[in-house]
Amino acid sequence: MRDNIVYGLGIAAAAVLAWNTYAIAGLPDEVNQGAVFKIIFFHVPMWAAAGVAVSVALIASALFLITRNFAFDAAAVASTEVGVCFLSAGLATGSIWGRQIWGIWWTWDARLTSALLCWILYAGYLMLRRAVEEPTQRATFAAIFNIFAFLDVPIVFFSIKWWRTQHPQPVFWGNGSFPKDWTQHFLYNMAAMVALGVVMTVLRFRQEEVQREIDAVRRTVHAF
Amino acid sequence: MKSAERAPAPKGAAAFQILTIALKDLRSELRTKEAINASLAFALVILLMFSFAFDPEADTTREISGGLLWIVFAFAGTLILNRSFAREVPNDCLDGLIAAPVPGWVLFLGKALANFALVMAVELVALPIFGIFYNVRWAQQFGELLGVLALATWGMTVIGTIFSALTVNIRLREVMLPMLTYPILVPALIGAMRLTAVLVMGKPIGGDDGVWLRLLVGFDAIYTAASLVLVETVLVG
Repeated sequence: MRDNIVYGLGIAAAAVLAWNTYAIAGLPDEVNQGAVFKIIFFHVPMWAAAGVAVSVALIASALFLITRNFAFDAAAVASTEVGVCFLSAGLATGSIWGRQIWGIWWTWDARLTSALLCWILYAGYLMLRRAVEEPTQRATFAAIFNIFAFLDVPIVFFSIKWWRTQHPQPVFWGNGSFPKDWTQHFLYNMAAMVALGVVMTVLRFRQEEVQREIDAVRRTVHAF
Repeated sequence: MKSAERAPAPKGAAAFQILTIALKDLRSELRTKEAINASLAFALVILLMFSFAFDPEADTTREISGGLLWIVFAFAGTLILNRSFAREVPNDCLDGLIAAPVPGWVLFLGKALANFALVMAVELVALPIFGIFYNVRWAQQFGELLGVLALATWGMTVIGTIFSALTVNIRLREVMLPMLTYPILVPALIGAMRLTAVLVMGKPIGGDDGVWLRLLVGFDAIYTAASLVLVETVLVG
């Protein structure tokens, strides 16, 4: 039953993404940037999904430290891995856009730098997990590092305001210029991307739980 | 959590305990000089390497001097921070320290203070050498520079000390420590690099640069608080 819900949600999200991609392709090109502007429909939702994922990872890490329940550790590693996936995809789509509009793949602009830094921090989290062998210690250290990494994100993020920035300013709020009828496509993508993230996290979470069970059985067998 | 179970210490005892641990670390370091010698030698080697990376005579050297200096400091500091807890592993000294009737945060602050003193010492030796080799006049606003050094070094020591405790028993310790600490240190390092460059070029800190000073103070405050809260968990699990 729960399987069906997860797979159903995954299929629904993929279907919405596919249909929406078709719909977005039919929209007129943006005046200044042309077709490449439409990458925003994927780029921004990817970052939103990454944001959700690392926030979930933070909450799960804190809950692990409080409760010492290994399910929270599994949730933390699952959502961090999915978060790193979305961060990578966000960096990649951003880079493609930059090549078309700026003529360069990468620039050391504040927002790009902090995005890369987030990626490195969470990749570091995954590497730290590989380096610790004892499961309890691994979960504890990983949770602590996750909290430290998340604390760093706002500090880095606020540096945007202090550094000159080349990244385009948000077009959705304030004096935004995003057309109203485009917004619904954008929101569909947003929801689908987050739903896809949820599905991947749940699957990865289950894997992690099964892995722990297998390890426990293996230890019991070795004991005899 | 665990500290609450221990007998309550008399008031003012914490400061004494912190100082005892810091002095113990400094004493053992000054007797063996293993970390500080390695750190100084490493700083010298990096300073030498820089002379091949760019023209040491050029005027631009002064503009990028802040960045160069902090790269040297970060690399050299890691060597000291790596030893901080690794030194306690032989003869089960770490278990002894954890079992001692002091709370984890006292142990942490003592270690952090000793590391701070050692890293500052290395920085204060490397600074004039850098000034001589690259013709950078670092002494013209020494008071302000010392303040920036102290703020950024404290941030570096706090992060370095807590992660030194975290990585002490794991595989690839020497690699993991810089890999985990440098990305977290980036905001503090950016601020320190900017401010150091401004001061070395003989300009006052003012206007837009004030924000980097506030960033350093905020960074130190946030991570000192987070470390004090989490250190008990790092040490006893």
